[in-house]
Amino acid sequence: MEVKQTSRTVMDAQEINRALTRVAHEVIEKNHGITNVALVGIRTGGVYLAKRLAKKLQEIEGTAVPVGELDITLYRDDLNARKEHPVLRKTDIPFDITRRKVILVDDVLFTGRTIRAAMDGLIDLGRPGEIQLAVLVDRGHRQLPIKATYVGKNLPTALEESVEVYLEEAGTPDRVVLLP
Amino acid sequence: MSLKRKDLLGIQDLTVEEIQLVLETAESFKEVTGREIKKVPTLRGKTVVNLFFEPSTRTRTSFELAAKRLSADVINFAASASSVVKGETLLDTARNIEAMQADFIVLRHPEAGAPNILARLLRASVINAGDGGHEHPTQALLDLYTLREKKRAFKGLRLAIVGDIAHSRVARSNIYALVKLGAEVRVAGPPTMMPQEIERLGVTLFHNLDEALRGVDVIMMLRLQLERQGIALFPSIREYSRLYCLTPERMKLATPDVLVMHPGPINRGVEIAPEVADSVSSVILDQVTNGVAVRMAVLYLLSGTK
Repeated sequence: MEVKQTSRTVMDAQEINRALTRVAHEVIEKNHGITNVALVGIRTGGVYLAKRLAKKLQEIEGTAVPVGELDITLYRDDLNARKEHPVLRKTDIPFDITRRKVILVDDVLFTGRTIRAAMDGLIDLGRPGEIQLAVLVDRGHRQLPIKATYVGKNLPTALEESVEVYLEEAGTPDRVVLLP
Repeated sequence: MSLKRKDLLGIQDLTVEEIQLVLETAESFKEVTGREIKKVPTLRGKTVVNLFFEPSTRTRTSFELAAKRLSADVINFAASASSVVKGETLLDTARNIEAMQADFIVLRHPEAGAPNILARLLRASVINAGDGGHEHPTQALLDLYTLREKKRAFKGLRLAIVGDIAHSRVARSNIYALVKLGAEVRVAGPPTMMPQEIERLGVTLFHNLDEALRGVDVIMMLRLQLERQGIALFPSIREYSRLYCLTPERMKLATPDVLVMHPGPINRGVEIAPEVADSVSSVILDQVTNGVAVRMAVLYLLSGTK
Protein backbone atom coordinates (compact mmCIF):
# COMPACT_ATOMS: atom_id res chain seq x y z
CA MET A 1 0.00 0.00 0.00
CA GLU A 2 1.07 3.52 -0.74
CA VAL A 3 0.45 4.69 2.80
CA LYS A 4 3.02 2.29 4.17
CA GLN A 5 5.73 3.39 1.76
CA THR A 6 5.56 7.04 2.72
CA SER A 7 4.63 6.86 6.40
CA ARG A 8 7.50 7.87 8.64
CA THR A 9 8.27 7.13 12.29
CA VAL A 10 9.03 10.44 13.97
CA MET A 11 9.49 9.16 17.53
CA ASP A 12 10.47 5.69 18.72
CA ALA A 13 9.94 4.16 22.16
CA GLN A 14 13.15 5.61 23.57
CA GLU A 15 12.42 9.09 22.27
CA ILE A 16 8.92 9.01 23.73
CA ASN A 17 10.35 7.96 27.06
CA ARG A 18 13.01 10.68 27.04
CA ALA A 19 10.46 13.33 26.08
CA LEU A 20 8.23 12.29 28.99
CA THR A 21 11.17 12.36 31.40
CA ARG A 22 12.01 15.88 30.30
CA VAL A 23 8.38 16.98 30.59
CA ALA A 24 8.28 15.52 34.12
CA HIS A 25 11.28 17.62 35.11
CA GLU A 26 9.73 20.70 33.55
CA VAL A 27 6.52 20.12 35.50
CA ILE A 28 8.48 19.96 38.75
CA GLU A 29 10.54 23.02 37.88
CA LYS A 30 7.56 25.14 36.89
CA ASN A 31 5.44 24.17 39.88
CA HIS A 32 8.30 24.15 42.41
CA GLY A 33 7.65 20.51 43.21
CA ILE A 34 4.42 18.62 42.79
CA THR A 35 2.43 19.71 45.83
CA ASN A 36 -1.14 20.46 44.77
CA VAL A 37 -0.50 19.18 41.22
CA ALA A 38 -2.92 16.71 39.58
CA LEU A 39 -2.85 15.11 36.16
CA VAL A 40 -5.94 14.64 33.99
CA GLY A 41 -5.56 12.56 30.85
CA ILE A 42 -7.86 13.07 27.89
CA ARG A 43 -9.28 9.78 26.72
CA THR A 44 -7.83 7.58 25.41
CA GLY A 45 -4.17 8.29 24.56
CA GLY A 46 -3.86 11.09 27.09
CA VAL A 47 -4.83 8.79 29.95
CA TYR A 48 -1.94 6.41 29.22
CA LEU A 49 0.50 9.30 28.98
CA ALA A 50 -0.83 10.88 32.21
CA LYS A 51 -0.23 7.63 34.06
CA ARG A 52 3.31 7.38 32.72
CA LEU A 53 4.00 10.97 33.64
CA ALA A 54 2.62 10.40 37.16
CA LYS A 55 4.97 7.46 37.57
CA LYS A 56 7.95 9.57 36.55
CA LEU A 57 6.94 12.40 38.88
CA GLN A 58 6.70 9.94 41.74
CA GLU A 59 10.13 8.48 40.92
CA ILE A 60 11.71 11.91 41.01
CA GLU A 61 9.82 13.54 43.89
CA GLY A 62 8.86 10.52 45.96
CA THR A 63 5.19 11.41 46.33
CA ALA A 64 2.18 10.26 44.35
CA VAL A 65 0.26 12.60 42.03
CA PRO A 66 -3.47 12.02 41.58
CA VAL A 67 -4.50 11.03 38.05
CA GLY A 68 -7.94 11.47 36.53
CA GLU A 69 -9.54 10.52 33.21
CA LEU A 70 -11.61 12.92 31.16
CA ASP A 71 -13.97 12.08 28.30
CA ILE A 72 -14.67 15.19 26.24
CA THR A 73 -17.32 13.74 23.91
CA LEU A 74 -20.22 15.62 25.49
CA TYR A 75 -18.34 18.91 25.07
CA ARG A 76 -17.34 18.55 21.42
CA ASP A 77 -18.31 21.36 19.06
CA ASP A 78 -18.76 19.03 16.08
CA LEU A 79 -21.42 16.61 17.40
CA ASN A 80 -24.00 18.00 15.01
CA ALA A 81 -21.67 17.91 12.04
CA ARG A 82 -20.60 14.28 12.44
CA LYS A 83 -22.49 11.43 10.90
CA GLU A 84 -22.27 9.38 14.04
CA HIS A 85 -21.48 10.13 17.66
CA PRO A 86 -18.14 8.91 18.95
CA VAL A 87 -18.23 6.21 21.63
CA LEU A 88 -19.01 7.85 24.95
CA ARG A 89 -16.73 6.84 27.79
CA LYS A 90 -16.71 7.67 31.42
CA THR A 91 -15.08 10.66 33.05
CA ASP A 92 -13.37 9.52 36.23
CA ILE A 93 -11.73 12.19 38.33
CA PRO A 94 -11.68 10.83 41.89
CA PHE A 95 -10.41 14.00 43.56
CA ASP A 96 -11.58 17.58 43.98
CA ILE A 97 -9.93 19.77 41.33
CA THR A 98 -10.87 23.04 43.02
CA ARG A 99 -7.78 25.19 43.67
CA ARG A 100 -5.50 22.49 42.29
CA LYS A 101 -2.96 22.93 39.53
CA VAL A 102 -4.45 20.60 36.96
CA ILE A 103 -2.26 19.45 34.10
CA LEU A 104 -4.27 18.24 31.13
CA VAL A 105 -2.43 15.54 29.22
CA ASP A 106 -3.06 14.63 25.58
CA ASP A 107 -1.14 12.81 22.90
CA VAL A 108 -1.37 15.23 19.97
CA LEU A 109 -2.11 18.96 19.98
CA PHE A 110 -3.59 19.98 16.63
CA THR A 111 -6.50 22.42 16.15
CA GLY A 112 -6.90 23.05 19.89
CA ARG A 113 -10.60 22.17 19.80
CA THR A 114 -10.18 19.09 21.97
CA ILE A 115 -8.40 21.17 24.59
CA ARG A 116 -11.17 23.79 24.51
CA ALA A 117 -13.69 21.01 25.13
CA ALA A 118 -11.51 19.53 27.88
CA MET A 119 -11.20 22.86 29.66
CA ASP A 120 -14.99 23.33 29.55
CA GLY A 121 -15.46 19.81 30.88
CA LEU A 122 -12.93 20.34 33.63
CA ILE A 123 -14.43 23.63 34.77
CA ASP A 124 -17.85 21.93 35.10
CA LEU A 125 -16.26 19.69 37.72
CA GLY A 126 -14.89 22.49 39.87
CA ARG A 127 -12.68 25.56 39.78
CA PRO A 128 -9.05 24.60 39.29
CA GLY A 129 -6.47 27.05 40.57
CA GLU A 130 -4.63 26.69 37.31
CA ILE A 131 -4.89 24.59 34.15
CA GLN A 132 -1.69 23.63 32.33
CA LEU A 133 -1.34 21.51 29.22
CA ALA A 134 1.15 18.74 28.46
CA VAL A 135 1.24 17.08 25.04
CA LEU A 136 3.50 14.47 23.54
CA VAL A 137 3.41 16.02 20.06
CA ASP A 138 2.52 19.54 18.94
CA ARG A 139 1.82 19.38 15.22
CA GLY A 140 0.67 22.99 14.72
CA HIS A 141 -2.37 24.27 12.75
CA ARG A 142 -4.19 25.75 15.72
CA GLN A 143 -7.73 27.01 15.12
CA LEU A 144 -8.08 28.42 18.62
CA PRO A 145 -5.71 30.54 20.72
CA ILE A 146 -4.36 27.62 22.76
CA LYS A 147 -0.74 26.89 23.64
CA ALA A 148 0.79 23.90 25.42
CA THR A 149 2.72 24.43 28.65
CA TYR A 150 4.87 21.32 28.05
CA VAL A 151 5.66 19.78 24.67
CA GLY A 152 7.33 16.42 24.12
CA LYS A 153 8.15 17.17 20.49
CA ASN A 154 7.35 19.97 18.10
CA LEU A 155 6.50 18.38 14.78
CA PRO A 156 6.00 20.59 11.73
CA THR A 157 3.30 18.99 9.56
CA ALA A 158 1.21 19.73 6.52
CA LEU A 159 -2.48 20.20 7.25
CA GLU A 160 -3.49 17.10 5.29
CA GLU A 161 -0.95 14.84 7.00
CA SER A 162 -1.99 12.89 10.07
CA VAL A 163 -0.09 12.00 13.21
CA GLU A 164 -0.72 8.67 14.93
CA VAL A 165 0.52 7.91 18.41
CA TYR A 166 0.80 4.21 19.22
CA LEU A 167 1.26 3.22 22.86
CA GLU A 168 2.00 -0.10 24.56
CA GLU A 169 -1.05 0.24 26.82
CA ALA A 170 -3.26 0.00 23.74
CA GLY A 171 -1.45 -3.13 22.58
CA THR A 172 0.92 -1.59 20.04
CA PRO A 173 4.65 -0.85 20.50
CA ASP A 174 5.44 2.78 21.38
CA ARG A 175 5.95 5.05 18.40
CA VAL A 176 4.72 8.21 16.73
CA VAL A 177 4.08 7.99 13.01
CA LEU A 178 3.49 10.71 10.45
CA LEU A 179 1.13 9.61 7.66
CA PRO A 180 0.67 11.47 4.41
CA MET B 1 -21.62 5.04 18.22
CA SER B 2 -25.28 5.83 17.83
CA LEU B 3 -28.51 3.95 17.68
CA LYS B 4 -29.08 3.53 13.98
CA ARG B 5 -32.70 4.53 14.23
CA LYS B 6 -34.63 7.77 14.39
CA ASP B 7 -37.06 6.74 17.10
CA LEU B 8 -37.31 4.61 20.21
CA LEU B 9 -40.71 2.97 20.01
CA GLY B 10 -40.28 -0.28 21.88
CA ILE B 11 -37.90 -2.91 23.18
CA GLN B 12 -39.32 -5.59 20.90
CA ASP B 13 -37.45 -4.37 17.82
CA LEU B 14 -34.15 -3.54 19.60
CA THR B 15 -31.19 -5.85 19.26
CA VAL B 16 -29.18 -7.05 22.24
CA GLU B 17 -26.29 -4.85 21.03
CA GLU B 18 -28.51 -1.78 20.94
CA ILE B 19 -29.73 -2.47 24.48
CA GLN B 20 -26.13 -2.89 25.68
CA LEU B 21 -25.13 0.35 23.96
CA VAL B 22 -27.84 2.28 25.81
CA LEU B 23 -26.82 0.73 29.15
CA GLU B 24 -23.12 1.45 28.62
CA THR B 25 -23.80 5.02 27.51
CA ALA B 26 -26.05 5.55 30.54
CA GLU B 27 -23.10 4.74 32.76
CA SER B 28 -21.27 7.85 31.53
CA PHE B 29 -24.37 9.94 32.16
CA LYS B 30 -24.76 8.57 35.66
CA GLU B 31 -21.36 10.11 36.39
CA VAL B 32 -22.67 13.43 35.06
CA THR B 33 -25.79 13.27 37.28
CA GLY B 34 -23.55 12.72 40.30
CA ARG B 35 -21.60 15.95 39.76
CA GLU B 36 -22.12 19.19 41.54
CA ILE B 37 -22.90 20.83 38.19
CA LYS B 38 -25.19 18.23 36.65
CA LYS B 39 -25.22 19.66 33.17
CA VAL B 40 -23.36 19.13 29.92
CA PRO B 41 -23.73 21.24 26.76
CA THR B 42 -24.32 18.32 24.40
CA LEU B 43 -27.86 19.07 23.16
CA ARG B 44 -27.62 22.85 23.25
CA GLY B 45 -30.11 24.38 20.83
CA LYS B 46 -32.22 21.22 20.56
CA THR B 47 -35.83 21.15 21.65
CA VAL B 48 -37.53 18.29 23.44
CA VAL B 49 -41.31 18.28 23.67
CA ASN B 50 -43.01 16.15 26.30
CA LEU B 51 -46.42 15.33 24.87
CA PHE B 52 -48.43 13.56 27.54
CA PHE B 53 -51.98 12.34 26.97
CA GLU B 54 -52.03 10.47 30.26
CA PRO B 55 -51.14 11.68 33.74
CA SER B 56 -47.53 11.11 34.72
CA THR B 57 -45.21 12.72 37.20
CA ARG B 58 -42.23 10.42 37.36
CA THR B 59 -41.68 9.73 33.69
CA ARG B 60 -42.38 13.29 32.57
CA THR B 61 -40.14 14.82 35.22
CA SER B 62 -37.43 12.29 34.46
CA PHE B 63 -37.46 13.13 30.73
CA GLU B 64 -37.53 16.81 31.55
CA LEU B 65 -34.52 16.53 33.84
CA ALA B 66 -32.67 14.37 31.32
CA ALA B 67 -33.22 16.91 28.55
CA LYS B 68 -32.27 19.85 30.77
CA ARG B 69 -29.09 18.17 31.96
CA LEU B 70 -28.11 17.83 28.30
CA SER B 71 -28.84 21.57 27.85
CA ALA B 72 -31.82 21.03 25.55
CA ASP B 73 -34.91 23.21 25.81
CA VAL B 74 -37.98 21.43 27.12
CA ILE B 75 -41.64 22.11 26.58
CA ASN B 76 -44.35 20.19 28.40
CA PHE B 77 -47.71 19.62 26.79
CA ALA B 78 -50.36 18.04 28.97
CA ALA B 79 -53.33 16.97 26.89
CA SER B 80 -55.80 18.16 29.49
CA ALA B 81 -54.51 21.73 29.20
CA SER B 82 -54.09 21.94 25.43
CA SER B 83 -56.09 22.18 22.22
CA VAL B 84 -56.73 18.46 22.47
CA VAL B 85 -59.76 19.26 24.59
CA LYS B 86 -60.94 21.43 21.69
CA GLY B 87 -60.97 18.40 19.42
CA GLU B 88 -57.58 18.56 17.72
CA THR B 89 -56.29 15.17 16.58
CA LEU B 90 -53.03 13.65 17.78
CA LEU B 91 -51.43 14.11 14.39
CA ASP B 92 -52.44 17.76 14.08
CA THR B 93 -51.13 18.46 17.56
CA ALA B 94 -47.86 16.76 16.74
CA ARG B 95 -47.50 18.54 13.38
CA ASN B 96 -47.96 21.87 15.09
CA ILE B 97 -45.32 20.99 17.62
CA GLU B 98 -42.96 19.94 14.87
CA ALA B 99 -43.63 23.19 13.03
CA MET B 100 -42.08 24.84 16.08
CA GLN B 101 -38.83 22.98 15.22
CA ALA B 102 -38.97 20.30 17.88
CA ASP B 103 -36.16 17.75 17.57
CA PHE B 104 -37.62 15.17 19.95
CA ILE B 105 -41.19 14.30 20.81
CA VAL B 106 -41.62 12.25 23.95
CA LEU B 107 -45.08 10.77 23.71
CA ARG B 108 -47.30 9.12 26.27
CA HIS B 109 -50.64 8.05 24.89
CA PRO B 110 -53.48 5.75 26.01
CA GLU B 111 -53.57 3.99 22.61
CA ALA B 112 -51.04 1.31 21.72
CA GLY B 113 -49.17 2.24 18.54
CA ALA B 114 -49.70 6.01 18.74
CA PRO B 115 -45.91 6.69 18.81
CA ASN B 116 -45.42 4.49 15.75
CA ILE B 117 -47.86 6.63 13.76
CA LEU B 118 -46.08 9.85 14.73
CA ALA B 119 -42.68 8.34 14.05
CA ARG B 120 -43.70 7.50 10.51
CA LEU B 121 -45.09 10.90 9.72
CA LEU B 122 -42.72 13.29 11.50
CA ARG B 123 -39.09 14.23 11.01
CA ALA B 124 -38.56 14.63 14.74
CA SER B 125 -37.32 11.69 16.79
CA VAL B 126 -40.20 10.08 18.66
CA ILE B 127 -39.62 8.43 22.02
CA ASN B 128 -42.35 6.23 23.40
CA ALA B 129 -42.99 7.11 27.04
CA GLY B 130 -45.77 4.55 27.34
CA ASP B 131 -48.46 3.67 24.80
CA GLY B 132 -51.56 1.98 26.14
CA GLY B 133 -50.88 -1.59 27.17
CA HIS B 134 -48.11 -1.93 24.61
CA GLU B 135 -44.62 -0.76 25.63
CA HIS B 136 -42.71 1.56 27.91
CA PRO B 137 -39.17 1.11 26.61
CA THR B 138 -37.31 3.64 28.76
CA GLN B 139 -38.77 2.11 31.92
CA ALA B 140 -37.47 -1.31 30.87
CA LEU B 141 -34.07 0.19 30.03
CA LEU B 142 -33.77 1.84 33.44
CA ASP B 143 -34.83 -1.41 35.09
CA LEU B 144 -32.12 -3.22 33.14
CA TYR B 145 -29.58 -0.60 34.09
CA THR B 146 -30.47 -0.98 37.78
CA LEU B 147 -30.28 -4.76 37.48
CA ARG B 148 -26.91 -4.62 35.77
CA GLU B 149 -25.59 -2.26 38.42
CA LYS B 150 -26.59 -4.63 41.22
CA LYS B 151 -26.38 -8.08 39.65
CA ARG B 152 -23.80 -7.66 36.85
CA ALA B 153 -24.99 -10.33 34.39
CA PHE B 154 -28.42 -11.05 32.93
CA LYS B 155 -27.75 -14.56 31.76
CA GLY B 156 -29.35 -17.07 34.10
CA LEU B 157 -30.78 -14.37 36.35
CA ARG B 158 -34.12 -15.53 37.78
CA LEU B 159 -36.87 -12.93 37.92
CA ALA B 160 -40.53 -12.89 38.87
CA ILE B 161 -42.79 -10.19 37.48
CA VAL B 162 -45.91 -9.98 39.62
CA GLY B 163 -49.30 -8.36 39.12
CA ASP B 164 -51.51 -7.17 36.31
CA ILE B 165 -49.42 -8.38 33.40
CA ALA B 166 -52.23 -7.94 30.88
CA HIS B 167 -52.53 -4.18 31.37
CA SER B 168 -48.85 -3.52 32.01
CA ARG B 169 -46.69 -2.00 29.29
CA VAL B 170 -43.84 -2.04 31.82
CA ALA B 171 -44.14 -5.82 32.12
CA ARG B 172 -44.25 -6.27 28.35
CA SER B 173 -41.16 -4.17 27.67
CA ASN B 174 -39.28 -5.86 30.49
CA ILE B 175 -40.24 -9.33 29.28
CA TYR B 176 -39.02 -8.58 25.76
CA ALA B 177 -35.74 -7.22 27.11
CA LEU B 178 -35.00 -9.82 29.76
CA VAL B 179 -35.80 -12.78 27.53
CA LYS B 180 -33.50 -11.33 24.82
CA LEU B 181 -30.72 -10.96 27.38
CA GLY B 182 -31.00 -14.57 28.52
CA ALA B 183 -32.72 -14.15 31.90
CA GLU B 184 -35.24 -16.66 33.23
CA VAL B 185 -38.53 -14.79 33.56
CA ARG B 186 -41.55 -15.91 35.56
CA VAL B 187 -44.83 -14.04 35.59
CA ALA B 188 -47.34 -14.33 38.42
CA GLY B 189 -50.83 -12.94 38.87
CA PRO B 190 -54.50 -13.84 38.80
CA PRO B 191 -55.82 -15.42 35.56
CA THR B 192 -57.94 -12.34 34.82
CA MET B 193 -54.75 -10.27 34.66
CA MET B 194 -52.81 -12.62 32.38
CA PRO B 195 -52.80 -12.23 28.60
CA GLN B 196 -53.65 -15.47 26.82
CA GLU B 197 -50.65 -17.47 25.63
CA ILE B 198 -48.25 -15.28 27.61
CA GLU B 199 -45.82 -18.23 27.59
CA ARG B 200 -45.17 -17.57 23.91
CA LEU B 201 -43.07 -14.59 24.98
CA GLY B 202 -40.67 -17.04 26.60
CA VAL B 203 -41.83 -16.77 30.21
CA THR B 204 -43.16 -19.27 32.75
CA LEU B 205 -46.64 -18.66 34.13
CA PHE B 206 -47.60 -18.95 37.81
CA HIS B 207 -50.90 -18.20 39.50
CA ASN B 208 -49.54 -18.92 42.96
CA LEU B 209 -47.19 -16.18 44.11
CA ASP B 210 -45.31 -18.32 46.65
CA GLU B 211 -44.36 -20.82 43.96
CA ALA B 212 -43.27 -18.06 41.61
CA LEU B 213 -41.00 -16.47 44.21
CA ARG B 214 -39.10 -19.63 45.14
CA GLY B 215 -35.38 -19.05 44.49
CA VAL B 216 -35.70 -15.87 42.41
CA ASP B 217 -32.94 -13.23 42.34
CA VAL B 218 -35.24 -10.34 41.47
CA ILE B 219 -38.89 -9.55 42.16
CA MET B 220 -40.52 -6.94 39.96
CA MET B 221 -43.81 -5.84 41.42
CA LEU B 222 -46.36 -4.08 39.23
CA ARG B 223 -48.77 -1.47 40.41
CA LEU B 224 -52.33 -2.68 40.85
CA GLN B 225 -54.00 -0.17 38.56
CA LEU B 226 -56.74 0.87 40.95
CA GLU B 227 -58.24 3.15 38.32
CA ARG B 228 -58.99 0.08 36.20
CA GLN B 229 -60.69 -1.82 38.98
CA GLY B 230 -64.07 -0.76 37.67
CA ILE B 231 -63.51 -3.54 35.11
CA ALA B 232 -63.77 -6.01 38.01
CA LEU B 233 -60.70 -8.11 37.38
CA PHE B 234 -60.70 -9.05 41.00
CA PRO B 235 -63.41 -9.28 43.71
CA SER B 236 -61.74 -6.86 46.09
CA ILE B 237 -58.47 -5.10 46.74
CA ARG B 238 -58.26 -6.93 50.06
CA GLU B 239 -58.42 -10.27 48.35
CA TYR B 240 -55.84 -9.23 45.77
CA SER B 241 -53.59 -8.06 48.53
CA ARG B 242 -53.94 -11.30 50.46
CA LEU B 243 -52.93 -13.38 47.45
CA TYR B 244 -50.46 -11.14 45.63
CA CYS B 245 -48.99 -8.64 48.07
CA LEU B 246 -45.23 -8.94 48.53
CA THR B 247 -44.79 -9.35 52.28
CA PRO B 248 -41.62 -9.88 54.33
CA GLU B 249 -42.64 -13.56 54.81
CA ARG B 250 -42.99 -14.12 51.07
CA MET B 251 -39.65 -12.45 50.41
CA LYS B 252 -37.95 -15.22 52.38
CA LEU B 253 -38.84 -17.64 49.57
CA ALA B 254 -36.46 -15.81 47.24
CA THR B 255 -32.66 -15.81 47.40
CA PRO B 256 -31.23 -13.94 50.43
CA ASP B 257 -29.86 -11.08 48.31
CA VAL B 258 -33.05 -10.66 46.29
CA LEU B 259 -33.76 -7.27 44.70
CA VAL B 260 -37.23 -5.79 44.87
CA MET B 261 -38.22 -3.46 42.03
CA HIS B 262 -41.35 -1.46 41.30
CA PRO B 263 -41.95 1.06 38.50
CA GLY B 264 -43.99 3.29 40.85
CA PRO B 265 -46.18 4.78 42.01
CA ILE B 266 -46.48 2.16 44.74
CA ASN B 267 -49.70 1.28 46.54
CA ARG B 268 -48.42 0.56 50.03
CA GLY B 269 -50.18 -2.40 51.55
CA VAL B 270 -51.85 -3.38 48.26
CA GLU B 271 -49.19 -5.00 46.05
CA ILE B 272 -46.22 -4.30 48.29
CA ALA B 273 -45.92 -4.21 52.08
CA PRO B 274 -44.46 -0.94 53.39
CA GLU B 275 -41.64 -2.76 55.21
CA VAL B 276 -40.67 -4.44 51.92
CA ALA B 277 -40.76 -1.20 49.95
CA ASP B 278 -38.49 0.41 52.54
CA SER B 279 -36.19 -2.59 53.06
CA VAL B 280 -32.55 -2.86 52.03
CA SER B 281 -33.60 -5.21 49.23
CA SER B 282 -35.69 -2.48 47.64
CA VAL B 283 -34.07 -0.61 44.74
CA ILE B 284 -37.19 1.39 43.91
CA LEU B 285 -35.50 4.76 44.39
CA ASP B 286 -32.34 3.62 42.55
CA GLN B 287 -34.65 2.96 39.61
CA VAL B 288 -35.81 6.57 39.72
CA THR B 289 -32.24 7.93 39.93
CA ASN B 290 -31.09 5.72 37.09
CA GLY B 291 -34.08 6.76 34.99
CA VAL B 292 -32.60 10.19 34.35
CA ALA B 293 -29.22 8.80 33.25
CA VAL B 294 -30.86 6.23 30.97
CA ARG B 295 -33.09 8.85 29.34
CA MET B 296 -30.08 11.10 28.83
CA ALA B 297 -28.42 8.19 27.05
CA VAL B 298 -31.46 7.64 24.84
CA LEU B 299 -31.69 11.32 23.87
CA TYR B 300 -27.96 11.43 23.20
CA LEU B 301 -27.88 8.26 21.11
CA LEU B 302 -30.90 9.24 19.02
CA SER B 303 -29.47 12.70 18.40
CA GLY B 304 -26.55 11.11 16.57
CA THR B 305 -28.62 9.75 13.73
CA LYS B 306 -29.59 12.93 11.91
